[in-house]
Amino acid sequence: MRPHRGTTFIEMIYEFDAVIVGGGGAGLYAALEASKSAKTAVVSKLYPMRSHTGAAQGGIGAALGNIDEDKPEWHAFDTVKGGDYLVDQNAAKILADEAVKAVYDLEHRGLPFSRTDKGLISQRRFGGHTSEFGKAAVRRACHAADRTGHMILQTLYQQCIKNDVEFYNEFQVVDVIMNGTTCTGVIAFELATGELHIFKAKAVMFATGGFGRMFRITSNAHAYTGDGPAILARAGVPMEDMEFFQFHPTGIRSMGILITEGVRGEGGILKNGKGERFMEEYAPTLLDLAPRDMISRAIVTEILAGRGARGDGKIDDYVWLDATHLGRETIEKKIPDIQDFCKTYLAIDPVESAMPVQPTAHYAMGGIPTDVDGRVVNTKEAYSGLYAAGECACVSVHGANRLGTNSLVDLIVYGRRAGSHIAEYVKSASAPVVSDDAAEAARERIARIHENRGKGGGNPGEMYKRMQETMMKNVGVYRDEESMKLALSDMQAMREEFSTVSGQDETADFNAEILSLLELENLIDLGVLTAASALNRKESRGAHSRRDYPDRNDDDWLKHTMASMDDKGSVTIDYKPVDLSIWEPKPRVY
Amino acid sequence: MKVTLRILRNNDSTSHESVYKDYPVEVEPTDRILDALQYITWNVDGTLGYRRSCAHGVCGSDAMRINGRERLACKVLFQDVVDEKRWVREPGKKATQVDEENTGDDIVIAIEPLMHLPVQRDLMVNQTKFFENFRAVKPWIVPKEEPGEKEYVQSEEEHVLFDEATKCINCAACYSACPILDENPDFIGPSALVHAARFVRDSRDKGLSERLEALDQPNGLWACTNQFECTKVCPRDIKITKLINLTKRELTKYRASRGESVNDGK
Repeated sequence: MRPHRGTTFIEMIYEFDAVIVGGGGAGLYAALEASKSAKTAVVSKLYPMRSHTGAAQGGIGAALGNIDEDKPEWHAFDTVKGGDYLVDQNAAKILADEAVKAVYDLEHRGLPFSRTDKGLISQRRFGGHTSEFGKAAVRRACHAADRTGHMILQTLYQQCIKNDVEFYNEFQVVDVIMNGTTCTGVIAFELATGELHIFKAKAVMFATGGFGRMFRITSNAHAYTGDGPAILARAGVPMEDMEFFQFHPTGIRSMGILITEGVRGEGGILKNGKGERFMEEYAPTLLDLAPRDMISRAIVTEILAGRGARGDGKIDDYVWLDATHLGRETIEKKIPDIQDFCKTYLAIDPVESAMPVQPTAHYAMGGIPTDVDGRVVNTKEAYSGLYAAGECACVSVHGANRLGTNSLVDLIVYGRRAGSHIAEYVKSASAPVVSDDAAEAARERIARIHENRGKGGGNPGEMYKRMQETMMKNVGVYRDEESMKLALSDMQAMREEFSTVSGQDETADFNAEILSLLELENLIDLGVLTAASALNRKESRGAHSRRDYPDRNDDDWLKHTMASMDDKGSVTIDYKPVDLSIWEPKPRVY
Repeated sequence: MKVTLRILRNNDSTSHESVYKDYPVEVEPTDRILDALQYITWNVDGTLGYRRSCAHGVCGSDAMRINGRERLACKVLFQDVVDEKRWVREPGKKATQVDEENTGDDIVIAIEPLMHLPVQRDLMVNQTKFFENFRAVKPWIVPKEEPGEKEYVQSEEEHVLFDEATKCINCAACYSACPILDENPDFIGPSALVHAARFVRDSRDKGLSERLEALDQPNGLWACTNQFECTKVCPRDIKITKLINLTKRELTKYRASRGESVNDGK
């Protein structure tokens, strides 16, 4: 193993038509499309099939109508209403329309969907998905038991190896190369050697997933550190709607591991500490299948009122998700992984006991702003050769609150659209120009971490914990001016402190510590943007619930936040209009 | 409770020798082994190398040997292993549990990298061979017929035939636990055979005829001698040995129907 050399050399310069950063659902689908005609590489910090798409459980929404009558138009409307009207409506229409074809395409590529008794793709109910614009819950979520994301990830990777897509595994992208508003490549750190490499490309697509690891209780993978958004934010790209972070109502108590909404889709019921079905109070029509933001608020309200399972009203109290009445056969067939998680982590069987659950940080509605072809945009124009799709992107199809199953739909529909736009774009794009010192900034960041060693700077483990605590407590399910100000100043102080952080590991090969520190830096930057965007929006909408501004305010706030951060960590906010071309905003009741 | 993680480390810049290093940690019985590893890297020793991502047993990153048994560090809680006897396996044999003197009051839990794959650092192993074997079985659908506008019709009964095999997360626990691989490193390994079974048993797929090269040879299906160690360690509870035997049976039938015999090297 070689010792660290002080400054990292650039070992290789690779050149591709298209570089896709991230090997999850959006990245792989885009790679399949782009590689049909463009020389394409997938650059991922993980091994194949380790991406977080694989953790998605309950289903992928598409109006196939295999069981109940259904229409893409209803799906689009539910998406808009579920997002509390902050959704760009044409983007939602495209999402719902193309979902149908995308699901059939996945099935043709081998995805092992569960089946109806007619041998068609099985569908189940999910929160906020209705027929006839809100009349009743509709069976729309196509599923492969409760491991739909795992099957999407496996199926797409199978197709990628069949089609000889080129992979660079355990290459962590640490910077983007911009030539004005044109992207010409990325800088990647190779885990195996500790070298920095330049990937020149006519087009770069970020598909790096979410950043829920900034919160203490989260369903997200350790790898979910917002690398793409943080890299672009530092390069001057504004981040859209960062204040909207979804807390999924049913995470396993204190661990945050996801219990799919599919449990409620199959008939599971939420109960408070007194055994009452409390959702009757909050969403009389859809009950336990109301959208996630509403249910998370209902749970926190119950807990604060002393009606949690423990009844002490503390923030780590919880409620019950009861599926015992569904029977063993349904549980073992429809939600087998959930049963496995409960046995492993809680030592209970959901056939016999209710599951202790609490809201868990789950999904970033905001992120890198894109148009419907996946091109990254700011408030004025589209960048050339720069794309994003999946959770790291904000199209925006999720608005202020994403509906269950729509994350997988987003990956497939917008991953594919970005991939095919890239295939066209690179045909006429000129060869990428990259300056000799393109990797300089990345090299300095890594060198600084090594140079700080022994100087008694900030403790990264302690900082990680501090970040998760302040974000969870102050920018959680409910927020107010005071708490968000505190979070923002905490995060900005941590950003300052990060410049003193060092690692213990001096070696070059397989130095995972360096990567963890760069991930922490990404989370801190996005924490600053999240807290600042949240503090700025003086209304309650979807997942952004302010105690001091409890109502939605369409007159002043029906607009997307566009937050930019300078190199000192101060944030300026601009806005972008919402596409309201189809439906007029209405109060959101279920 | 206080426990000591005794981690087999290979992180020496010159000698490349593996040595055990003890890490005393304070844990809750309900903490995952991975939680303790995370605590160590962030607060005690940043040089410790291992892979992790989802932290709840679905991504397959953190398979390792815990007390001598292949498991996911994120799917084992301390309460599952603190009273457990350590597992050992002689080359080519099944694993057994041994009585060991636990010295003093310490609860010691051994953490070691997977077997049969070269160590890169500490608990990280090079998975190149494992993924090559996976690719060798053509793990993608080879459709019998061109798709129509809508889905292929497949009954739930047909779906159930291969559903279990689709649960595999490529974590390589089975590849490490397999006694055959102790002595025959060219055996394709249990996981690749699970992926083969997944397609061979799928009514939409052309099946065996597409995958004979990898399966019907002495280092393919026929190297398996039903040791069941793969099945015992699989963190996804896949009945791997059973799937291998079902595929063997299909293959024997397939060859017989053509008046051919299988290529088991015997």
